[in-house]
Amino acid sequence: MGYQLSREQFDRFLDRLQDDYRVFGPALDSDKGAFSDTDRITYKNIRRLDDLELNRKSYFSPKEIFFPIRETLFRFCEGEPTVPQIDDKKIAILLRPCDSNAIDRLDAIFLENGPFEDFYYKRRRENVRFFLIECATGFDSCWCVSMNANTTKRWDVAFRFGEDEILVDVKSEEFLPYLDDCPQKPFEIRFIYENTKKVRVPEVGEVTLDHFAHELWNEYTARCIACGRCNTSCPTCSCFTVLDAPLGAEKKMGERWRAWAGCHIDGFTDMAGGHTFRQSRGERMRFKTMHKINDYRKRFGKHQCVGCGRCDDVCPQYISFARCINTLSDCIEEGKRK
Amino acid sequence: MSINTKKVIKNAYRISKVRGQTALRIRVPGGHIETRFFALIDEIASRFGNGTAHITTRQGLELPGIDFERIPEINKMIRPLLESLGLDREITDDGYPSAGTRNICACIGNRVCTFANDDTTAMARELERAVYPNDLHFKIAVSGCPNDCIKAALNDFGILCTVEPVYDASRCIACSACVETCAKAVTGALSLRDFSVLRNRELCIGCGECIRKCPTGATRRSPEKSYRLVIMGRTGRKNPRMAETFLKWADRESIVKIIQNGYAFAQRHIDRSLEKEHVGYIVDRTGFATFKDEVLQDVRLGEKVIVAKHIQWGGYRYTSDAGFR
Repeated sequence: MGYQLSREQFDRFLDRLQDDYRVFGPALDSDKGAFSDTDRITYKNIRRLDDLELNRKSYFSPKEIFFPIRETLFRFCEGEPTVPQIDDKKIAILLRPCDSNAIDRLDAIFLENGPFEDFYYKRRRENVRFFLIECATGFDSCWCVSMNANTTKRWDVAFRFGEDEILVDVKSEEFLPYLDDCPQKPFEIRFIYENTKKVRVPEVGEVTLDHFAHELWNEYTARCIACGRCNTSCPTCSCFTVLDAPLGAEKKMGERWRAWAGCHIDGFTDMAGGHTFRQSRGERMRFKTMHKINDYRKRFGKHQCVGCGRCDDVCPQYISFARCINTLSDCIEEGKRK
Repeated sequence: MSINTKKVIKNAYRISKVRGQTALRIRVPGGHIETRFFALIDEIASRFGNGTAHITTRQGLELPGIDFERIPEINKMIRPLLESLGLDREITDDGYPSAGTRNICACIGNRVCTFANDDTTAMARELERAVYPNDLHFKIAVSGCPNDCIKAALNDFGILCTVEPVYDASRCIACSACVETCAKAVTGALSLRDFSVLRNRELCIGCGECIRKCPTGATRRSPEKSYRLVIMGRTGRKNPRMAETFLKWADRESIVKIIQNGYAFAQRHIDRSLEKEHVGYIVDRTGFATFKDEVLQDVRLGEKVIVAKHIQWGGYRYTSDAGFR
């Protein structure tokens, strides 16, 4: 069902949602950049249209809303564990097609990877609704088209944010009551079909063991500083680590947490006994690259990377993941010619 | 030739070693200048000077090789440079109104530098408006962060822009990036206990490295800006020394007021039998306690501010060059 909303009508729509949903969207965090007097676009609670920042890409992805950066799994006292309650209010997330696809990639890892579903992920994820932001032009650093992540069918309500009007297409009936007094107008969301940035992704099978040992990774050993921003800003990075925090004088109580981890960050591959699998940063870049564009695809039939380009946006060393994939493809082509 | 040297010096012209020739000293607060002035500076240097400009140790420009009789003509020409200082006073064709208070220096600051915690150029210009013109020989510098690239520690008043980190444990992944950088490159103010970061506020110098290093935005900038004021550093022929910290976590308004009070303090206590007396030596005579009481008068320091109780300056004295004995 399509609607045409004025700005006031959109605000009223948000207003009416507040009782049943928490609405999140990209918003300006002024003065909250890492450098002084800089801002950052982050996912925040949205109450009015003016809260939304739609002209710039968010620094972090929306994944933190339902996959918390740090989460208590259970509390224990004398052997009795209790699982914390969560706010079970439904969550509507304003996101672009790349991020909608990214959540599909996370779902595969947490819900379809092996015999067990991740209880903690699932109970939050079930409450998530997708408010799709039409993204027909993208940003300069995006390469979603190359990753087949430019379009999606996964949304509950889609929006085109114009200057004075907002066009709405409601796919989930649960949202119809919130718009029942709004003027109807048929609307079909558009997608982007060409990015300025293009990435050539190798086909599964083209990547061989030779490419693991290739010298192309050495560049990243020299350049990467292992800060982990590419991991924390990535909408599809799903790795976490588990931590036990003891409480009380006798340490018989405590909490078990999980917190995001990242393959570029020191300590990620530390083993009991002191062994570390990937010491060099080039090896970490290789691991990430292979997972994002090769190994995940072998398992799930789609790329893990959705080409949102955040890793390229946030790298303090100006390392471009897009260029890295293209370099790998060049090496494969070169190998074929030999 | 009759030259009133005192008047000429106060007008920002130097008595040079070449008889009959002077050098114009152009103020560049914060060391940041609009390039539109380069044409004017070039014209003065080419027509009246020797076609060169010296970038001074205090970030000003000095045009040498100028005949004294050219001063009135040049003073008319530099009017736009004076106007650009944005002083709250009428600008005339008479050139700089004083030269005692030296050019206020600043590093490049947060307009460019990723370390800087504030716009040092803007702060230098604000201070210029607050203290200039003044005949007292004061040296002031603003550094964007405690790295102190501008060497504020060698000034009478050195301002180090700081930031108080705000930590949100719910965003922390316990990667230790902040703890490690603080331990290795700063003061070791941070530690990790049960996967959360603890900050020792006494050790923290507000450099902001933890904020720069955090990959999740768990450590962020405080909304208010803060400053460390270091005082009475100097070079010179008697007792060169680094400045010592007077205030930590101070607000900008207080800093400006304290520096203005510093001028009033110097006016009250200066030894007028000397040709000039630097403020640091005045504080040496009056003692830190008197200085502190007088400069903090009418200053409303916020609750966060920490004030030094005592200061014992170090440095070396040429009269006791012990190493030679």
